Amino acid sequence: MFSIISRRQLSPNITEMRVKAPRVAESAQPGQFVIVRVDGHSERIPLTICDYDREEGTITIVTQTVGKSSEKINQLQEGDAFLDFAGPLGRPSDLLDLDEEELRRSKILFVAGGVGTAPVYPQAKWLHEHGVTPDVIIGARNKDLFTYVDEMKKVANVHLATDDGSAGYHGMVTGLMKKLIEEDGYKFDRCVIIGPMIMMKFAALATKEYAIPTMVSLNALMVDGTGMCGACRVTVDGQTRFTCVEGPEFDGHLVDFDEAMRRQNMYRESPKTHSANEKCKCHG
Amino acid sequence: MANRIPRTPVREQDPLVRAGNFEEVCLGYNREEAELEASRCLNCKIARCREKCPVHIDIPGFIARVAAGDVAGATAIIGADSSLPSVCGRVCPQESQCEGACVLGIKSEPVSIGKLERYVGDWSISHPEEQTVVLPEPNGKKVAVVGSGPAGLACASDLARMGYAVKIFEALHEVGGVLVYGIPEFRLPKERIVAKEVEAVKNLGVEIETDVIIGRTMTIDDLLDREGYDAVFIGSGAGLPRFMGIEGENLNGVFSANEFLTRANLMHAYDEEYDTPIFAGRRAVIVGGGNVAMDAVRTARRLGAEAVIVYRRSEAELPARVEEVHHARQEGIVFRMLTNPVRVLGDEKGNVTGIECVEMELGEPDESGRRSPIVKEGSEFTIDCDVVIMALGTSPNPLIKSTTGGLDTNRRGCIVADEEGRTTRPGVFAGGDAVTGAATVILAMGAGRKAAKAIDEYLKEK
Repeated sequence: MFSIISRRQLSPNITEMRVKAPRVAESAQPGQFVIVRVDGHSERIPLTICDYDREEGTITIVTQTVGKSSEKINQLQEGDAFLDFAGPLGRPSDLLDLDEEELRRSKILFVAGGVGTAPVYPQAKWLHEHGVTPDVIIGARNKDLFTYVDEMKKVANVHLATDDGSAGYHGMVTGLMKKLIEEDGYKFDRCVIIGPMIMMKFAALATKEYAIPTMVSLNALMVDGTGMCGACRVTVDGQTRFTCVEGPEFDGHLVDFDEAMRRQNMYRESPKTHSANEKCKCHG
Repeated sequence: MANRIPRTPVREQDPLVRAGNFEEVCLGYNREEAELEASRCLNCKIARCREKCPVHIDIPGFIARVAAGDVAGATAIIGADSSLPSVCGRVCPQESQCEGACVLGIKSEPVSIGKLERYVGDWSISHPEEQTVVLPEPNGKKVAVVGSGPAGLACASDLARMGYAVKIFEALHEVGGVLVYGIPEFRLPKERIVAKEVEAVKNLGVEIETDVIIGRTMTIDDLLDREGYDAVFIGSGAGLPRFMGIEGENLNGVFSANEFLTRANLMHAYDEEYDTPIFAGRRAVIVGGGNVAMDAVRTARRLGAEAVIVYRRSEAELPARVEEVHHARQEGIVFRMLTNPVRVLGDEKGNVTGIECVEMELGEPDESGRRSPIVKEGSEFTIDCDVVIMALGTSPNPLIKSTTGGLDTNRRGCIVADEEGRTTRPGVFAGGDAVTGAATVILAMGAGRKAAKAIDEYLKEK
């Protein structure tokens, strides 16, 4: 069993949990993910690693309630435990392959949206520890939906954007990116985008215009997470790739996002994926 | 000498009933039936059945014990060569192994060796008190086993019997490998059989840790250097699914057989009580002709779909066990032989609406000795369906290869190992599908046992 050492409610439907998983913590790297099961009836759910502490033997995960399985996760309290917590899975972020010299010269931009902010954190933190302070654009619908901003500010230059203008730049992350580059004179050599698929699609289109090499972290459907099932297959540059073993990060300019979004909704019609407490989103 | 007793039929669930449930199809022999069937064996001096058995079980020997009512004696005889009789009795391709060689089969029907093996295996599971194992003193050496499928379980259990401290590392949350995620409940019951076989291995003192992915959570080098294991056995199987590479293969509704079966078997998706979803559609087309294709098509049928097999060769070349093909037909599975898909068709939302196929004819034999299929020009036609399942075979997972130095693999990605399981890396042994590519439970089990012997020799010399 993998017990929950601490739990924070980051917003009404987003929680952060620090989970005791010494073997995973020992090998975890920024960009990787874990697969968890709450109980014997649960799905295997992939979650990006948001922080790790090798000494303490813990992994931090952040989960947003979107259906039955994520709701089940978010109902767990401090002192409860996951039945299964396997990982780290997937390949670490490409940034880890850069040599010191190249790293120090690089101007790195992260674009984070919604619950994607937390998984950006370990990468930004890793860079900070290696003497690089990246820029991070964080987008949300309004100021109450921001998570991980304080943590991020300790390791990065943070730029906020809200759809309603309640904090930071009034508009989408792509608008803020444009402003930073065209008006404020920022230059970026690399970009990593993590967030909802639709946001990654448009943010990647924007970085393509500026010819900034871009990686995106895909949250495809998975069953085993070790390369066995192929549920997570995605088309990158015309080739079928498995997100679980070849990703989760891929070249954002080559990913077929429309297919990826469609495949993510494969089981949307299944009554099993819906929570009993789910409200219709029409009047949200 | 003619044997006048006909082959004893085995009781089965009614096809119409079982096509709607996941309970085991074959009910097995009772004592009376087993003894009657065992009495048919001619006890040949030169036992061809034994020669054809991949692990050379003394088949006439154990059958003679069954005929005499001494099942404990039969258990001991099988146990000398096989550690999974209740599994192999159910899933071995007997018609091309032991039963295919049975002399009785020349003029009438072979002895039902598989069903007798199953009878003995099931008896031993329900009579654990009959198997008192005296374990030797621990010899102070530790061996790590990667993967808890047939190869890993067999290797671990033999090593434990020799006095080694053995720990199995399993990537998934359940123990059993392909026995749990691949083979369906209706062919191999999980609680009643697989869990009991695993329990027996644990009772030998073998430790099992789930949720550990070797190649990610730890590497082979970590096991040897950091965790202090004296040797490692890799039985990680062949888990990577193949696809055809045709148009439309990433449409919603196209699955690998691995995904479909893992959802059903490992995740119990067919059961309302479990959270994992599964989609079998109205009509499901399964591409392939092996046991995995049969398992997938029969699972789809049980989930309420009209289920169709599409196979590019003819019925004679179907690689699946004869019994599975027979059961599938009884359950109403449609077989489209000499048919090969060319593309998957979808609607504007990206959901599967059909599969376009071509008709095939058989040409000259290829390197496998089977006549190779050739496309009939202009024979394109479409089968309407909303699910397509690719059951085209699997390859070994590259995770271990890519994270272990000095471990050679061949061009198919299989770990290079000799007959005894020695890899190119001293102290590292391998067996089962990770070495051979997708094969059978009994070969994997046999490879695990051979490797246990080789590990013992290696550690004694070390």
